[in-house]
Order: sequence, then C-alpha cells, then structure tokens
Amino acid sequence: MSSPFMKLWGVPILLGILTVVGLLSALFGDGIWDALSAVTLGVPVAVGAWFSLRRKPG
Amino acid sequence: MSAQSLRWWSWIHKWSSLVCTVFMLLLCLTGLPLIYHHEIGHLLGNDVEAPALAPEVAANPPKANLDDVIASAKTLYPNKIMMYMSQELDEPAIWNVTLGDHPNDEHYKPIAVDARTAKVITEPAFEGGAFMSTMLRLHVDMFAGLPGMLFLGFMGLLLIVAIISGVVLYAPFMRKLDFGTVRHERSTRLKWLDLHNLLGIVTLVWALVVGATGVINTLADVLLKVWQATEIAAMIEPYKDAKPLVTMASVDAAMKTAVAAEPGMQVGFIAFPGTPFATPHHYGVYMHGDQAFSSRLYKPVLIDAGNGTITDRRELPWYLTALLVSQPLHFGDYGGGWMQFLWAVLDIATIIVLGSGLYLWYKRGRRAKAEARQDKAVAGVQPVLARSGEQA
Repeated sequence: MSSPFMKLWGVPILLGILTVVGLLSALFGDGIWDALSAVTLGVPVAVGAWFSLRRKPG
Repeated sequence: MSAQSLRWWSWIHKWSSLVCTVFMLLLCLTGLPLIYHHEIGHLLGNDVEAPALAPEVAANPPKANLDDVIASAKTLYPNKIMMYMSQELDEPAIWNVTLGDHPNDEHYKPIAVDARTAKVITEPAFEGGAFMSTMLRLHVDMFAGLPGMLFLGFMGLLLIVAIISGVVLYAPFMRKLDFGTVRHERSTRLKWLDLHNLLGIVTLVWALVVGATGVINTLADVLLKVWQATEIAAMIEPYKDAKPLVTMASVDAAMKTAVAAEPGMQVGFIAFPGTPFATPHHYGVYMHGDQAFSSRLYKPVLIDAGNGTITDRRELPWYLTALLVSQPLHFGDYGGGWMQFLWAVLDIATIIVLGSGLYLWYKRGRRAKAEARQDKAVAGVQPVLARSGEQA
C-alpha cells in the first residue's frame, strides 16, 4: 500500500473484489455460500457506513 | 490528468448523471419495497399458503393430476383459457395457475391450486396487491409498456456511463486524501462531496452489476421475440400448415413425458398454446434443475398439444440464458435474508449518492455563476480543481 497508485486504489479494488465474490458465491451455491456472500457483501457496506458516520476528533 | 481531460470527464459525468438521476431515484425508491415483496405480501395478508394436511397424508404428500388442477381453477372462470401454470422450488404444494380471455391477456387471473389435492386455495391479489403492483409497474416500465421499458434501459446505460466517469474523477479528487476521508469541518458542500465519493466508490461494483443486469432485463420482451422468430419458428416448421387444435392432449401426460425426457430436472412452468412461451400447437414445458445455479436455467420441451408427443427440446440460446442469470443479480433474491438486507442498504446508499450528486451540481452551478461575475473583475483562468476547491 506504499505506491501512490495503491494508496488511492487499494481499498476500492479490495472492496470491488469482495463485492464480486459476494455476488457470485450465492449464485452458485446455498448454505455456506450464502453466508460467504453475506460477509463479503457486508464488508463494503460496513466500510461505507463506518467512514460516513464517524467523526474524527478535532 | 490534464485539465482538458478532467474538464471532458466532468462534462460526461455531469450530463450522464443529470439526465438519468430522476429516473434512477424512481427506480431506487420503487425497488426498495420490491426487495421485500415476499415479506410485504405476508404483512398485507396477500401471500398464499398451502393448507396443512392430515399428518398421515402430509408424511407422503400425493401429487394431484395436473388436468384436475386445471379443471379446479377453471371452475372459477369457466370461459377463460389457460395461459400458464408454474411451481416454485420451495413451494411444491402449490400450482400457480393463470387464466385469461386470450393467451396474451395482461389482466390475467392468478389462482393458487393445491398441488396435492387439486383444490383451489385462493385467488391471490394481482401482482401482490395494489401497492406492490404500482411499485412494480413504475419500476419496470412506468406504465408505458415496451417503450417505457426500453426508455428505462437507456437511462440505465446512462447510469453506467455516469458510474464509469465517476470512477475516473475519483482519482483527481481523492489523490491527496486518505481513503474514507470525510471533511465535516470545512463546508457542507465539501462534506457532501466526500460522502458522494466515498459511497460512490464503495457501492461501485454493486451499482454497476445491478445497473447492467437491469438494462439486460429491459430487453426481455425483445429477446423473447427474437427467440420466437428464430428458434421456435424453426422448431414448429412442420406445423405451419396444421389446422387449429380441436381437442387438447392431457397436460398431466405431457408433463410426465417431459419429465421422463429430462431426468433429474423439474417442471418450472408450463406455457399453454398461443402464449409467447409456447406455440399455437404446443405446450411449452420448461424444465429446470433444483440446485442454486441450475434452478435459474430452463430447458424447454415442446409437446404437441394435439397428440401429446415431444416435438422438440433444446437448450435456451445464450441471450436468454444471459437474461435468466442476470435476473437474480438484479433482484438480490438468491442469498437469503442477509442479502436482501444488504441489497436494501446498498439501494439506500445509491439514493444518497444520487441525491448528493444533485446537490453538488446545484451548488457548483451557483458557485460558477458567482465566480463568473468575479472573473469579469479579475481577469484570469483558474485551474478547474482549484476553482471548485476539491484539493485538501
């Protein structure tokens, strides 16, 4: 995460990959695959909620 | 990025979003209740449940003869004809039967029939009741039929352009900021710009997928017509001089013939002669698998509705397979309750991105006007980024 490119795009790429995994896993299986989907889709949602709602001190 | 290309991408982002935003807000707002249509149907008392059978019968439930199921439904509307009958994988105790005045009747009558006893359970509310039906029609075609559907598809394409140009613009705006920075303290406009960038990049892949699969869905009617004009036409070539049907073969026997021809598959729905999924001379028996993915893929078995024999069966063409696979990715109905919830949150996040985008455009317009007045006094051109104050 040191290069300027990864500083800018590292997190977005990671969240994008997690979203793709989440969208596909539930499509190809049930049970554990639905759970994997919930977790991987949940991360971008949680990240969005966390950074939107937090207030930096100062 | 050069100032020139930044200006060019900004122009694309501004106009592609401005044109589609109102419609995307409509789609997001109407889509929200549609995510929970089962639950809302339950709350409104519109969902259908098969009655409990006596324990000794329920242990090994019988399967009613399909001809009896049809006869039961028809007792409610003796003058209407069969359009479709379908069954959901998780509800094998119910046949959803639709009757109409003609094979393309938009005001069809849905009837739920017990698949074990062939008794009518209820006449479910049309499209889930007045509220859900209104949401669905607004979402699908704004009550404007095929033109409305294709128009929304075009708006969806603009959304995709807006998302891609938004990603391009993410770089110059965020280069000097840490991921997730929201500058609350500077100005309301800057705070919403940061939230717009944050929620936009977080929902990026989901919004692209839901947008693109939505666009594909708007082509459903067109794709179906292409299929009818090509493959179905080829399958029924021998029937082009056939006389209209007088007597109809047993639907139960047709179903059993189809099941025997496709071992391991189950009946998803049966289309009756004259409907878009059949031909004037055939039952279309649509078989599908029972696994997560295979249940999305249908294989049509065309059965001569005069003598009950198989005329043809073949795989769906790639474009209909693409349509069928795109549907769950648009609806978010394939991963259980958590997926529904995340779909709803992502939908709301998208509403915030759309709303903040509108707000930023409005603010920027006012600011640009104020600066234009200033520029008259102070000659000189400022770089785009400095002018809009996006840099930290």
